[in-house]
Amino acid sequence: MESLRIICPNGHLGFAPLRVPSFRLGVAERPDYIAADSGSDDVGPIPLGSDTSTSPRGWQTHDLEQMLLAARELGVPMIIGSSGDTGSNSRVDLYVSIIRELAQKHRLPRFRLGYFYSEVDKGHVRRKLQAGERVEGLDTHGTLTQAELDATERIVAMAGVHPFIALLAQGADVVIGGRSSDSCVFAAPAIHHGFPEAQAYYLGKVLECASFCAEPYGGKETVLGEITADAVEVTAMHPDQRCTIASVAGHAMYERSSPYYEHVAGGTLDMSQCRYEQKSDRTTRITGAQFRRAPEFRVKLEGAGKVGERYVGMVGIRDPYTIAHVDDVIGWAKQQVRERFGDSGYELHYIVYGRDGVMGELEPLRDRPGHELCILVQGVAPTAEMAEEVCMIGTRQMFYARLPEVKGSAGSVAFALDEVLRASPAYRWTINHTLRCDDPLELFPTHMTSAGT
Amino acid sequence: MAKLSALAKTIRSKNAGVDLITFDVIFADRGRYERVKRSGVLTRERVAALYRIEPSRIVELVEFDPGNAIKFTIARRRPSGSPGDPDIFGSQQYAPLLDIEVE
Repeated sequence: MESLRIICPNGHLGFAPLRVPSFRLGVAERPDYIAADSGSDDVGPIPLGSDTSTSPRGWQTHDLEQMLLAARELGVPMIIGSSGDTGSNSRVDLYVSIIRELAQKHRLPRFRLGYFYSEVDKGHVRRKLQAGERVEGLDTHGTLTQAELDATERIVAMAGVHPFIALLAQGADVVIGGRSSDSCVFAAPAIHHGFPEAQAYYLGKVLECASFCAEPYGGKETVLGEITADAVEVTAMHPDQRCTIASVAGHAMYERSSPYYEHVAGGTLDMSQCRYEQKSDRTTRITGAQFRRAPEFRVKLEGAGKVGERYVGMVGIRDPYTIAHVDDVIGWAKQQVRERFGDSGYELHYIVYGRDGVMGELEPLRDRPGHELCILVQGVAPTAEMAEEVCMIGTRQMFYARLPEVKGSAGSVAFALDEVLRASPAYRWTINHTLRCDDPLELFPTHMTSAGT
Repeated sequence: MAKLSALAKTIRSKNAGVDLITFDVIFADRGRYERVKRSGVLTRERVAALYRIEPSRIVELVEFDPGNAIKFTIARRRPSGSPGDPDIFGSQQYAPLLDIEVE
């Protein structure tokens, strides 16, 4: 095979629905694969910690249905990575069951359905730590400690191409993946068909966010990537979008600190020598990508731990004197919580919209607040009852804040709602690390079944 | 003098993993890109001063010629989505760059 063509209709399947018209134009090109990633750590630690999806099931089903029907119509494989936002085992099972239901609903002829899991048992990591293995931190995370592991609720490992290739080699028509590097969802079939790793990983890199590599800006539109032995070409399917040198090179830097390197399980894609060429109006051709195998096979782990139950409250302030002294108002309310619950065992956060609500410590204009403020109060504690009371004191006591020269003496803040509301429990990222593995499939058990009639 | 917002095609911020926020300033043509590069308004020191942080929290600053872009990355104090984080995606942290004056 001289070239392989893959379409990607969505950069994060489920987060918002794919756009059907450009997807159908992509399908009309008769690609060899239809693939998309469905996850991201952008959604924060709550979905992984609480084992939920942030994407509605209706949107997940919409995209899976479009992709499955097109793939079976063309007789080509369909690949999904990072099922259900987090790629946890329950999300893989959810997607497998949606595929089965869709196959039933449309009376599709029997096909082979492969899937793999990515969840990592805490006991497995604990044994590695006890055996003296270093679980290295990424970015600002230090080496993993026993305490941080204990504080973790759930861990997923980030798959490279390996479990996808294993399932394709077994003849899977549909692959449903656990947590995966998004580029590997596309690199895997290319490597499976014998294309060089450098081009294959670049193909994945450019396709993973669908139309984010095209201009003008417009998400959830389909793009088509074609790989040969020495180049990758990418084409926008939406009639008004184009993949230009600027849009493709610009996408290389999106969401990562370096525009030149992309790390995946087993190696690094090096884009520093890439050359970009405008092949036609809507197509850009890229050559010069390189791939370096890592000396040690390390897999990224993601873990989230629960901080506590959470309630939120909201207040407004209009008096300019009170606005100038908003830190004193917050200080007063915090003091009342401290007198009730002490200094620790809970968290109390204030986000001051109108001053530095969006940027916090990074806000250069925090000494120039607006003429009115909205303050979001969050109380986090081990039990819902305590979180409610922390938040209630932290919110309502702002009303009673004692400012020496305030003219208004009938309430320091305005309530739109005189209540606090239960919010999702608070979680935090405990694990952003890498673990050495002897076998690339060690953390990713694969399974094969069938669906359809 | 011109504002950076008048010279750049794209000015954006976004998470780069859970610990970092990365900023992209992208220009439509080589001329504007080179002008901003030469002006020195986007250096580690200048960016750190603008955001009022230690220069060491800027973990990377790259002049990316193939993309006509200047890119830098700031380490978060706590990972994205921790309780109290006001910008889980890191998508609204670029605004102070808009008004930078460029010679």
